[in-house]
Amino acid sequence: MKTPAEATDEQIIDRGIEDGAAKLTQDKVKRVVQKMLAAEGGARLKTYIETCAHCGLCSEACHFYISNDKDPAYSPAGKIKQTIGEIVKKRGNVSVDFIKTACEISFTECNLCRRCVMYCPFGIDAAYMMLFMRRICHKLGVVPQYIQDTAHSHSATLNQMWVKEDEWIDTLHWQEEEARDEIPGLRIPIEKEGADIFYSVIGPEPKFRAQLIYQAAVIMHAAGVDWTMPATPGWDNSDMCMYTGDVEMMARLKKVHFETAMRLKTKRIVMGECGHAFRSVHDVGNRYLGWKMAPLPVIHAIEFFYELLRDRKIRIKKKFQKPVTFHDPCNIVRGRGLHEKARYVIHQTCKAFIEMHPNREHNYCCSAGGGVINCGPPFRKKRVTGNRVKADQLEAVKAKGAEIVIAPCHNCHGGLEDIIKHYELGMELKFLGDIIYECMEKE
Amino acid sequence: MSHINDWDWNTGKKILADINQWRKQFGWVEEPYASPNGESVAAIVKVDEMSFSVCENGEAWDNSFDKIWFLRYGPDNRAAGLVSDTAMWTVAVSGEPWKNWFEFVWDAKFGIHEGHITTAAQKNMEYFAVTDDQPWENGFYNLSHLAASPSGRSAAAVVQTKPINEGDIAAFQKGCFTVAVNGSPWQHEFLNAWEISFDSEEKHVAAEVRMNLNDYTIVVDGQPWNQRFSSVWQPVFNPADGSVTAPVRVAGGWTMARNGEIIWNSRLLQLWHHIYSMNGSRIAAVASPKFGRWTLAIDDVPWALTFKDLVTDPVFSPDGRHAACAGKTDGKWTVAVDGIAWNEAYDMVWPPIFSPDGKNVAAKTEKNGIYRIIVNGQPIKIDFKTLWNPIFSPKGDKLLIRGVGTVEDEGKYIRIIMSLAETLK
Repeated sequence: MKTPAEATDEQIIDRGIEDGAAKLTQDKVKRVVQKMLAAEGGARLKTYIETCAHCGLCSEACHFYISNDKDPAYSPAGKIKQTIGEIVKKRGNVSVDFIKTACEISFTECNLCRRCVMYCPFGIDAAYMMLFMRRICHKLGVVPQYIQDTAHSHSATLNQMWVKEDEWIDTLHWQEEEARDEIPGLRIPIEKEGADIFYSVIGPEPKFRAQLIYQAAVIMHAAGVDWTMPATPGWDNSDMCMYTGDVEMMARLKKVHFETAMRLKTKRIVMGECGHAFRSVHDVGNRYLGWKMAPLPVIHAIEFFYELLRDRKIRIKKKFQKPVTFHDPCNIVRGRGLHEKARYVIHQTCKAFIEMHPNREHNYCCSAGGGVINCGPPFRKKRVTGNRVKADQLEAVKAKGAEIVIAPCHNCHGGLEDIIKHYELGMELKFLGDIIYECMEKE
Repeated sequence: MSHINDWDWNTGKKILADINQWRKQFGWVEEPYASPNGESVAAIVKVDEMSFSVCENGEAWDNSFDKIWFLRYGPDNRAAGLVSDTAMWTVAVSGEPWKNWFEFVWDAKFGIHEGHITTAAQKNMEYFAVTDDQPWENGFYNLSHLAASPSGRSAAAVVQTKPINEGDIAAFQKGCFTVAVNGSPWQHEFLNAWEISFDSEEKHVAAEVRMNLNDYTIVVDGQPWNQRFSSVWQPVFNPADGSVTAPVRVAGGWTMARNGEIIWNSRLLQLWHHIYSMNGSRIAAVASPKFGRWTLAIDDVPWALTFKDLVTDPVFSPDGRHAACAGKTDGKWTVAVDGIAWNEAYDMVWPPIFSPDGKNVAAKTEKNGIYRIIVNGQPIKIDFKTLWNPIFSPKGDKLLIRGVGTVEDEGKYIRIIMSLAETLK
């Protein structure tokens, strides 16, 4: 295995941060920050800041801290101190350069994975603190270029990848046609009002991973599920605006998503294998709009596959032969507790399963989540070297025989793919849907 | 043009098609759609290998196509679908394709009362709308949020007027989007524009826009309101005086604004989907008065009745004196009228419909896979496998029921005219 890259201290120039900061003055920073603290910096922020005892128990929970040779600057408490802590302490009287640094820390050195929350004796949510910092950055117009571009795509097309409406529908037709070559009676039912299930995916699926829609259609067909996908915006459940601090746009995205499911009078939303989208739909965006829970049941693919296998709606012809391990995505395991259902699916479909350690809610983040991978190429090296501990974890499970890493999350795939490549681990990544599609009885 | 007065309102039952028979005949039969007057039912069917058509009341269209999707009936009781032949697309109405073909068509819309059809289209990577086979003269880099005027004769959409290179956030933030009405774009560009509304006379158009990353407002005929808000939802024209109202977010929560000025005292956790009574004197909107509770707010006063999960489909009676909506708590739906919920709960409820005199409310419901029409909270005891929304007769004394039956009528498409007195027995 390679040693971690040395050069994370090289200066990164990001146009979103630089150009945004160039339009600021210290006075404007102070004005905007004070307005934000008054409007949104309520009891939760104050309680967290006043409660933190600087005990350092959060440090060992953070993959950035561990992977950067236990540099305190990368500990969760350290990152809070360097960002929102300082802002609160100085009541917004901070420099433009400070905002640039705080932006980089909050957007690219924290995955909002909430592992540290479990180890904090007071349960302080460091992710909330980092998101508050990002919210201030959004209000100041200082956001890394690539994730800001993604947020722009969300706002203009209501999907993450600038997918135009005709391209989306054409992709569904194309995947249906392809799948019919394999299964003649198969249909991807578009705009079918009253279907039981509204199946939603994230932007990268029609853009780069259309085979996942194909596979989902095959699974739905074999299981005899009454399902539909919309021909309108609202098909994309993803949400980078949740991570740029643009909560108003996050709300708009979730409104469109839920209302599309409601317009079609479907009974529940089944989501593809994505973690952050689940967080947005099931936890953050819905609540911002006024719902305590989602207005209709939202089922992650893991739960859906679990149901199909448990109820024998799909049958496994022959189990997957290569030894597999499982990466627990933060948002659906720490955030939703789907780890045992995921293992049920794996045991039903795979011959040999080897746990990586730590696992379940204690698993390390892939370092792509929380919008970090969406900050793009300028920060790739920092992201990958900031997660050497994940490489160690994968190398250890590989030594036990695991050849395949299953990760039911798109961002995890992106992050793990970079780690596997950088550290030359030679492991293969798969979604649960890949495994099921490969092993199931299709007719 | 077929008018509701001209429909057959004689009480009785007609069996118009046997969809199970279609399945034997064609093998491939997609979900059926019924015409508004109930006299026709249609479904996309496969007539040959890679060749699709539409079966209407048992007869396939003369023309077949490589692909058909989005089959729907217009208010003139003609079936229309989006069809493809040799990789080009158009709209086919009653089997006859338009003369113009495009690289793709989608988002077809009908006027509410007339049979005009508008669709979004793309050709040579230019995006535009087409109304009744007449494409806009101008094409754009992209098009979304297509809206048809009440008659369907006019169309408006959000259009992208400048190219945006990947990652060019500066260009985006200068504004690349506006609204085009019948192909003519407004003069000003915005960061974003979204939901669009026409006025009742089809002379004016309003839309929600974002002026910069943080400021939202409403634009009417290209002119933004003077006021800025942290968010807005779809604007609506008052049918009486032509003023424009929209839910807006201000410090303290959501409220209602007219022509930019706040007109409601309430500050709500959420407020959206507002509607006017026909005479423009009353506004109803879906509202969340407190976290996790949903209701209708009428003229700034929320109902005491709230639902936990959802409120949808607000509607005024034609005289504007009554309001109804669908509501859901703990996964079960019902209908509420004037703040009082029906006793029964259902797995799904469709939009409630007032009779012309406003005295009765009917809705399509589903429970355990069985569909029924409910009138004033009481079920009409006929089970259906598939059902469409009921329609009151012009006098309000009869109900048109359209559905695919069960048991002895299994698989058969049925049209029933029932006197209201009979349904209420």
